[in-house]
Order: sequence, then C-alpha cells, then structure tokens
Amino acid sequence: MKASTLKTLIQAKGQGQAVVLVTSLENHSQLVFFPEATETDGPLGGAVRDGFRTDRSRVVEFEGKRHFIQVINQPLKLLIIGAVHIAQTLIPMAQSCGYVVTLIDPRRAFASNDRFPGVAVRTEWPDKALTALGLNSRTAVVTLTHDPKFDEPALIEAMDSDVFYIGALGSRRTHLARCERLREAGVSEEKLERIQAPIGLDIGATSPAEIAVSIMGEITSALRMRVNR
Amino acid sequence: MLNKDEKHSTLETALSWYEQGLNVAIATVISTWGSSPRPTGSQLVVNEERQFEGSVSGGCVETAVIEEAMDVMHTGLPRLLSYGVSNEQAWEVGLACGGQIEVYVEPLSGDK
Repeated sequence: MKASTLKTLIQAKGQGQAVVLVTSLENHSQLVFFPEATETDGPLGGAVRDGFRTDRSRVVEFEGKRHFIQVINQPLKLLIIGAVHIAQTLIPMAQSCGYVVTLIDPRRAFASNDRFPGVAVRTEWPDKALTALGLNSRTAVVTLTHDPKFDEPALIEAMDSDVFYIGALGSRRTHLARCERLREAGVSEEKLERIQAPIGLDIGATSPAEIAVSIMGEITSALRMRVNR
Repeated sequence: MLNKDEKHSTLETALSWYEQGLNVAIATVISTWGSSPRPTGSQLVVNEERQFEGSVSGGCVETAVIEEAMDVMHTGLPRLLSYGVSNEQAWEVGLACGGQIEVYVEPLSGDK
C-alpha cells in the first residue's frame, strides 16, 4: 500500500466518511472509492456499490482476476446524554469497542473536564446537540440523566432518525410515565417501541460499572445481531 | 475529530511508524471459511522491529504472519497467505477452531 493511499483512508475515517478500498490480488494495484463517486461501470463499480450497501468486505473475481473489496465504514458513534457516574465507565468501554463518544449535558458542574477527561463534551441542550452532531445508522443514543427535561428532547430527536440503538435509563414505572408524556407530545407507538427501557441487558447489574457493561452489551447486540438491512 | 486520549487505530499506528522512518507491513484477512476468530477486513500491522498492533486471528497465526511480514518488508512484494485447520504436528501453524483464513500481506511504500 502506498503511504498516500493509507493517508486517504485515515483522513476519510477522521471525517466520518465511508470508503471502499479495492486491491487487485494479481497486480497489487489499489483504488479508493467514495460513496458519491461510484459511477464506475462494469463489475468493479457493481462490487463497490454492493460493498457500500452491505457493509461486507469480500473477494470478488472478474475477468478471471481476484480483487479484494474492503469496506471501511463510517466510525460508530455513541452519544450519551447525562454526565453521570455510569457515563464515567461507559465512555472508556465504548471507546475500546471502537465508538467515537460524545457526552452531552447542559449542567456544566456535571460535564466538567476533570470528571470526563479524554472525551468530547457538549453543554448545549440535548436535542440541539444531537442535531448538530448528526444521527445516522452507525449511531447509538443513550439517555442517563433521569430528568425528563434533558432526556426526552433527545429521545424525540433520536426516534425521528435512523440510529441503530436508543436506550433510556429508568425503571419500568419511570418508562411508563415517560411513554405517556411522549404520547401526549404526539410520538407514535411504533417510535416508542424503539426505546430500550429499562436500559441494558438483564444481567442483574447494580453498580454504575455493571450497568455500563449491561448497556454496552445491549448496544453490541443491537449492532451485530440486527437483520442485514 | 479524535481526542488525544483516544487510542490510535491500527492503520494510524502503521502510518506513525512509517513517518518515523520504519519499514511497515500491513496484513489483512481477505476471506474466511468456517469458524474463524476474526472477520474479513481484520488487520495486523508490523514494523521492522517486530512490534505489532491489531490481529488476524485469535493469536493462532500471528507469529507466522509477523515472520512473513518481515520478509514482505525485505522484498517489497505483497504475498497471499492461507491458514487452515491445525495440524497434528505441534510446529505447524494453524487454526485450532477448524476454520480457514486467507491473509494478504503488503508493504507500506512511498509514492513513486
């Protein structure tokens, strides 16, 4: 691989851009494709478009020659509402799993850099922050404040997007009350069903770190076990 | 934007080695059959000092891939490796899980 090709791949990742790298296994030539520039004709163009669509890297053969179609997808994003104790362990866990994490909490005393080193922190209102950060099918949204005035605008924003996971902290009873308020705000049943609540896999977690494990497990399952789109 | 505390990705590690003037090779899983520990697209990067980052299996074939990568850095020519079910003989490299993988190893080179 040429150093310039490697730099292109790293730059694309930094910009949150998906790319496909095609390597000829015969003459070792390499080409980088961007999603908007796949008007390439013939079997190569088809294989590249297929790669973007399915998010699957694979070897394809055309004209009797093998090519490796490598899909380098947009980075996974985790947006956490609530700079609370659970977030302190959830953040490094998610970063280890490859997520670019942003923490959102308008309460500056909670969202201090001392409590949350090494993560991007935003202190605007959660729905505004989510809109600014951009929600897509590689994004997970988690609300942890317990406070409807912070959590619910974020949940509404998330339910209106194609994020792959929405989780909300709170007991079953809290969630029933939350759903009631969201219904009154005009949210459909279908959208409400997208919220995972109580949040996390049922593993009997009690400490903040254990709850973070159960949340990360549930996010992973949503990402990996969903039916291929 | 990456935060400074965030870990470098495997490819970023390769680039930083290259920029320090080290020879670097990149190994990528290009196909798998059966139960393979790491999916297609998984990568391992190696420098001339045998430091490595990432993985192409569950630790089963990494040692062999690193040796091949040293050769690839030396010759400057990519090569395709293939590993299968573990052989009875202890010195044979293989995948105990019964899977098979193909690994493409290429040198990182300047732009000529």
